Amino acid sequence: MTAPLLEARDLHTFYGASHVLHGVSLAVGNGETVTLMGRNGMGKTTTIRSVLGLTTARSGQVLVRGIPVSGWPAHRISRLGIALVPEGRGIFPTLTVREHLVMAARPGQWTLEGALDLFPRLRERLGHLGSQLSGGEQQMLAIARALLTNPELIILDGATEGLAPIARQQIWAALRRLRSEGTAALIVDKEVRQLLELGDRHLILVKGRVAFSGTTAEFRQRAEQNLALLRA
Amino acid sequence: MSLPQGVRAGLLVGAVALALVPLSGDRFWVQFAGKLMITCIYAVSLDLLVGYAGLVSLGHSAFFGLSAYLLAGLANGLGLVSPLATLPLCLAFAGLAALLIGWLSLRATGVYFVMVTLAFGQMLYYLFSESPGLGGSDGVSILQRPRLAVLGRTILDLGDRTAAYAAIWVALVLSFLLLRRVVQAPFGHVLTAIRINEGRMRTLGYGTGRYKLAAFVLGGVLAGLAGYLDATLYGFVNPAQFGWRQSGLVLVTVLLGGKGTLYGPALGAALLSVLEHFAERATEHWSAVVGAAVIAVVLFLPRGVAGLLEGSRG
Repeated sequence: MTAPLLEARDLHTFYGASHVLHGVSLAVGNGETVTLMGRNGMGKTTTIRSVLGLTTARSGQVLVRGIPVSGWPAHRISRLGIALVPEGRGIFPTLTVREHLVMAARPGQWTLEGALDLFPRLRERLGHLGSQLSGGEQQMLAIARALLTNPELIILDGATEGLAPIARQQIWAALRRLRSEGTAALIVDKEVRQLLELGDRHLILVKGRVAFSGTTAEFRQRAEQNLALLRA
Repeated sequence: MSLPQGVRAGLLVGAVALALVPLSGDRFWVQFAGKLMITCIYAVSLDLLVGYAGLVSLGHSAFFGLSAYLLAGLANGLGLVSPLATLPLCLAFAGLAALLIGWLSLRATGVYFVMVTLAFGQMLYYLFSESPGLGGSDGVSILQRPRLAVLGRTILDLGDRTAAYAAIWVALVLSFLLLRRVVQAPFGHVLTAIRINEGRMRTLGYGTGRYKLAAFVLGGVLAGLAGYLDATLYGFVNPAQFGWRQSGLVLVTVLLGGKGTLYGPALGAALLSVLEHFAERATEHWSAVVGAAVIAVVLFLPRGVAGLLEGSRG
C-alpha cells in the first residue's frame, strides 16, 4: 500500500506549560483534498505548524511519503513538496508581485505564466509592491507563490478569511481547479459549505483533539452534531 | 526595483564628477575623494548585510583589515607586487575569513549576532596590535605598492596617486553595479524576504542560513576590496582598521544614507566625509557636530537621506 503524501500521528504540542494538541492524527493522500475545521483557538494553525516543523511537537510523528520528518527543519520538509499559504498571507511588503513569484519558482509544471493564468489579476499588478495589494490580491499572490514551488501538497491556513465575497469566489474557483488537476491540499477555513463541496475528507478540531474525521458523506450524516462543534 | 529617475541621474553626475577630480591637480582633494570612494565601497558592502539580509554586523572591519594587512605582507614579505596576484589573494583571504566568521556567528541571531561579530573584530584588533611581528600598534608601511609590469615595463603603478585614484573609481563603479545586480536577482529578493520574515522563507523551502552566509561572504569580499584599496592609497596599515570604531562608523554611514538602497550608504559616506571635513575646520569639537547631525538624521529621517529621494517603498 502506498504511504500517504502527508501523515501526522498522535501529535502532542505544547506552548510552554499549555498542552495545545492532544494526540492529533491526520493523513492526506495523493491528489486528495482534506479540510481542517474548528472554532478559533482549537489548534488548527498549531497542527499545521507542528506538521511543517515550525513548532516542535513534544511527541508524535510526522511522515511525508512514509519518510519520518519529525525534527527536520521547515525548509527540508518544504523541499519534499509541501507548500504553505500561511495565515495572514505572508506577503513581503517591499517586494513586487513579480519578485515574489520569481523568487519562489522551482522547476516543474507550474510556471510564472501558469500562475498568472490562474490569477489574471496578478498579471495586471506585476510591478506593484506587496503592500499595495488588496487582501484578495495578496491571497492570490500567496497561493501563486506557493504553487511556483511546484508542490505535491499545498496547505492553506485561512484560505479565504477576511476577504471580500468576490475575492473569496476567485480563491475557491482556483482551489477547485487545483483539485481537478490533482494537487493535494490541506485547507483550513470557516466556510463550511465550500469546504464540504471541495474536500474529500474533513476533520474537526475541538480543544486540540480530533472530534470528527470522515468523508463528506459521513460529515453530512451527522451534520447537526458537526455544525454544533463548529459554532462559536 | 529600479532606481528613481532623479537618483539615477544624480548617481551618473556623481560618478562623472568623481572621475574629473584628478583634473583639479590638487593632491588633497584627490586623496579626499579617493578615501571617500573607498568608504563608499565599504559602506555598500555592509548595506548588503544590514539593508538586505538584516544582519547588523559590528565586525565588518575584520575583512577590511585582513585584506589590507595581507597586501602589506605580500608586498613586504614576498615582494609580490602584481595586482593580478595580490588582489585575488587579498579578496580570497577576506572571503575565507568571512566564511569562517560568518559560519560561526550566524548561529546567533539578533543582538547576539551583533555581539559575536563585534567580538571577532576585537579579537583581530588585539591580535594585530599586540603582535610585534605584525607591526604591533604602530602598524606597517607598505614598501612597494601594487604595480603591474609586462616584459619589465611598468604599465600600471598604483603608487602613482592618479593611477590609484582611477583604480578606486573603477572598483567603486564595478562594486556598485555588481551589488545592484545581486540585489535585483532572485538571490537579493530572498535576502530581503529573509530579513522581513525568515520563518516564512523556510516554509517556502529556503535553507536561509546558506543565503545569509553567502551574503556575509560577498559583503566580506567587498570590504576586503575596500581594505586593499585603502592600503594601496595610503601605503600604510594599522590595527585600528579592525577596531569596533571603524565598524561602528561604517554602520553609521549606512544608516545615515539609508539602508537597503545601496546608493544611500554611498551618499551617506559622501555626506559624512564632507561634514567631517568642514566641521574639523570650523571647530575643535567637530565630532560633536557630526554626532548631532547623525542623531538628527536618525530622528527625523528614519529611512536615511535616501528616504528623502525615494518614494513610498519601504
